[in-house]
Amino acid sequence: MIAPPKPDLVTVNVDGKEIAVPKGTNVIEAARLVGVDVPYYCYHPKLSVVGNCRMCLIEMGMPAVDPATKAPIMDPATGKQKINWIPRPQIGCATNAAPGLHIRTNTPQIKDCREGVMEFLLVNHPLDCPICDQAGECKLQEQSTAYGRGYSRYIEQKNVKPKRTQLGPRVTLDDERCILCSRCIRFCKEVARDDVLGFVDRGSYSTLTCYPGKALANNYSLNTVDICPVGALTSTDFRFKMRVWFLKQTDSIDTESSAGAHTIVWSREGVIYRITPRRNDGVNDTWMADSGRELYKAVRAGDRLAAPRVDGAVATVDAGLRTAADVLKAAPGAVAIVGSGRSSVEEQFVTRKLAEALQAPVSLVSRIGQGDGLLVSADRNPNVRGALVTGLIQALPGPQLTALAAAIDAGRVKAVVSVGEDLIAAGLTPAQLAKVAVVYVGTHENATSTGAKVVLPSLTVFEKSGTFVNQQFRLQRFLKCVPGPAGATDDLALLSRLVAAVGGAPVPGELHALWALLAAEVAGLAPVTFARLPDTGLLLDPTPFAGLPFAEGAGLHYQPAAAVAATA
Amino acid sequence: MPAPQQRRIIFQHIDEPGYTPDLACYVRHGGYEILKKAVAMQPAAIIDEVKRSGLRGRGGAGFPCGVKWGLVDRKSGKPIYLVVNADESEPGTFKDRYIMHQDPHQLIEGIMISAWANNVKQAYIYIRGEMPHGARILEKAIAEARAANLVGPKILGTDYGCDIFVHRGAGAYICGEETGLIESLEGKRPYPRIKPPYFPAVLGLYQCPTIVNNVETLCHVKHIVDMGGDNYAKIGTPNNTGTRILCVSGHVRKPGYFEYEVGKITLGELLHEVCGGPLPGRKFKAVIPGGSSAKILKFGETFTLKNKDGSSRTLSVEDIPMDFDTLAACGTMGGSGGVIVMDDSVNMVEALANINAFYAHESCGQCTPCREGSLWMKRISHRMVHDRARPEDGALLKSVADQIAGRTICAFGEACSWPTQSFVLKFGDEFKAYPETRNASKTDGSLELV
Repeated sequence: MIAPPKPDLVTVNVDGKEIAVPKGTNVIEAARLVGVDVPYYCYHPKLSVVGNCRMCLIEMGMPAVDPATKAPIMDPATGKQKINWIPRPQIGCATNAAPGLHIRTNTPQIKDCREGVMEFLLVNHPLDCPICDQAGECKLQEQSTAYGRGYSRYIEQKNVKPKRTQLGPRVTLDDERCILCSRCIRFCKEVARDDVLGFVDRGSYSTLTCYPGKALANNYSLNTVDICPVGALTSTDFRFKMRVWFLKQTDSIDTESSAGAHTIVWSREGVIYRITPRRNDGVNDTWMADSGRELYKAVRAGDRLAAPRVDGAVATVDAGLRTAADVLKAAPGAVAIVGSGRSSVEEQFVTRKLAEALQAPVSLVSRIGQGDGLLVSADRNPNVRGALVTGLIQALPGPQLTALAAAIDAGRVKAVVSVGEDLIAAGLTPAQLAKVAVVYVGTHENATSTGAKVVLPSLTVFEKSGTFVNQQFRLQRFLKCVPGPAGATDDLALLSRLVAAVGGAPVPGELHALWALLAAEVAGLAPVTFARLPDTGLLLDPTPFAGLPFAEGAGLHYQPAAAVAATA
Repeated sequence: MPAPQQRRIIFQHIDEPGYTPDLACYVRHGGYEILKKAVAMQPAAIIDEVKRSGLRGRGGAGFPCGVKWGLVDRKSGKPIYLVVNADESEPGTFKDRYIMHQDPHQLIEGIMISAWANNVKQAYIYIRGEMPHGARILEKAIAEARAANLVGPKILGTDYGCDIFVHRGAGAYICGEETGLIESLEGKRPYPRIKPPYFPAVLGLYQCPTIVNNVETLCHVKHIVDMGGDNYAKIGTPNNTGTRILCVSGHVRKPGYFEYEVGKITLGELLHEVCGGPLPGRKFKAVIPGGSSAKILKFGETFTLKNKDGSSRTLSVEDIPMDFDTLAACGTMGGSGGVIVMDDSVNMVEALANINAFYAHESCGQCTPCREGSLWMKRISHRMVHDRARPEDGALLKSVADQIAGRTICAFGEACSWPTQSFVLKFGDEFKAYPETRNASKTDGSLELV
């Protein structure tokens, strides 16, 4: 491994506080490090710098040197090197740290600059905060409180612009609220690589719109809503549903693919309202795909399993588990387990314990699609690497459950435990499925659950805590956002009780207790405890699995091992 | 004392009977001889002549041309572009138009000399969209010059070649701002770029080093090579060398364009003697000396300036020599040479309303202070003129302007706020009294204001 080059540190002075930062760091980020807030609208750490909002104006100076001798010029009053201050304010976003750079943000001139920009931004703004979805998380609100004058001198008519333009299937635009920061335009061009947004007209009449005949329809369009500093771009899905200050934020992980974008799930009183990305500079920066934001809808979907069933009749969990154990014990040596790449690391570990107790072979359902080169990878299972790490499987799953199908046809398998997987969708025929007794532990109704001998409803990713291992072999934590529905039981509890019921060695059904066992038994997880896992995740050692032909192509912050090896 | 004589270098043949814009006429008058001389010189020697000439840009900012050329990144390995700023849109300015209409080959020769000096292989003339006639003349002239082996590959039997392309703007004042112009030339909205990092000399057109010069400036280059930098520097006054074209419009008897040695004529001589003084029965009230963006001068005010020897001198408006440095010392600027004269029939609130309407219409809308401030100032002055004026509106106007100047991406922020700042500062009484005077001034059948 090549050590990354040491960043070239330079010392800068922000409002009298000195700090060493990597050369080239911009003033906004440098000031943040010493706790000085430099307000901004158009700047975004993951987009190009355009400097159009003028909110981040700062005073800048450099140590004075004699032009002839290059010797420092000292200030006799302070005994320190004199600072040559530039009279004209500079924008912080485009000012990069250089040795000796001095910044002032707390001067009367800068206060006046900020008040001026705030006033200008508000003169043509509709001030419709009471009905605006952005209220509560609006930079205009926050910064007018912090840096505005608090009163208006504007008595003229305000501009009139389009109020509810559908830019695409998921994004609604209110042009009157737009402050023309161009973040959304830059995002589409630079990150989504779908250059569809632009301004028409000029001056204060400038209006954001799509190019003629185009729509903001790419799978990353909702990121424009996230980065819109005001209420101009709103999510058509979330619009007018809930005030944001009522919502509880819970850290989670996007389960739509092995990219594993970090997310925040926003809920109130057990109901999820939206999912937004959570910044992780090593995984998803500040972005996530639109498709991952809709996954919460499965929580309250109509086909959610509501109660345990035995032979199609509603039963208790105890009865279901008892019957399941009977069925599995009645077919010694003829049980197969279909695990899931959607299960958490912890569930996969307990699934392995179940397989060991039953001496059962394990297959995994593969979900390979097209990667988009960004944050939806080719492997649509979020946690196939978790199954490898926990030893649930030793090789990557094949495209279909062919071995299981053959075993059923040959009569070698009489009973199957399916952890949330629809075996028909995974390649079994209805006739094959009819030959075996199925124990189904899952969340939603499907062709497998309808015909199963025992159905045990479990929890979605939003209703439990656990970890996934993404394509980078990064162990990432997701937390319980909302309680599960009545009738559903935590997967870990169900699986661990099933292990005990079939006579296996007891496994804790509680997450933190289980982690003690995980750390002890699974190579690579030894130093980890669930509670101490960093919010940004923990990179595991991928070398034991280096030879496996993983499906993912290059994505944001991910290179396939072959590509990495080729460049090394 | 009679006014000094015009010294026509650039405008030598403008309005000359029988002088036509075609190549044959230009060659008959000695055209392209200087280009022949130039290609026999070392490029660095030409740059040196331009540096020694002290030539300052004639587009508005008066930046030394030789210094600008000296800043060009010549080590990047990327091509260097020359862009001719022919987007002459500053209200009150009409000099480049006459060069392009009547003497286009003078410009082309100046371009080719400058291109040779800076190893430029492709030059662009960015011409204002409202000048289609000029664009056609230039295109024809370039075609003629190309046929005569004066433009294009291997000019004049050398291995050097440079082509010129005429690009027409679409009618936006901001395209005269050099980085806005570059963006427009690249096919984008003319949003001026932030500097740093996008200095044209390093990261200009297509992110390559680029020289952007005004039409008149490039014409001067021809004459500098002709007479030598040191001789050119003897024309005009120190640090304000050469001649420049002054365009006088407004309330004088004989408006027009005049070419004088820089600093050798005073504003008073220009207006009273060259332009025939005020209209009958009128008195001069105010003058904008360098295009509508320049701060206004009020007749009757005086300026006390420091001399080099430490003494001071007091100048009236009429005493101000028309050079870059003295105008700047008097709080305004030489700008683009557009002198706009207003007599005592003008109400300054209404004049400012007109100027503010222009800048609100022309703000590109990229950065906040200019975008919102220019329209706000227009709305205030428009309301004052058309609806309800308040005594405090003058102070409000100035306060808005103060929030723009110095805080924007490009110089448009100053361009749109300097008029308001100077009008209110110097004619504050008129702004305070306007609620009472408005009705009186509206009865004389004056033009409807925008």
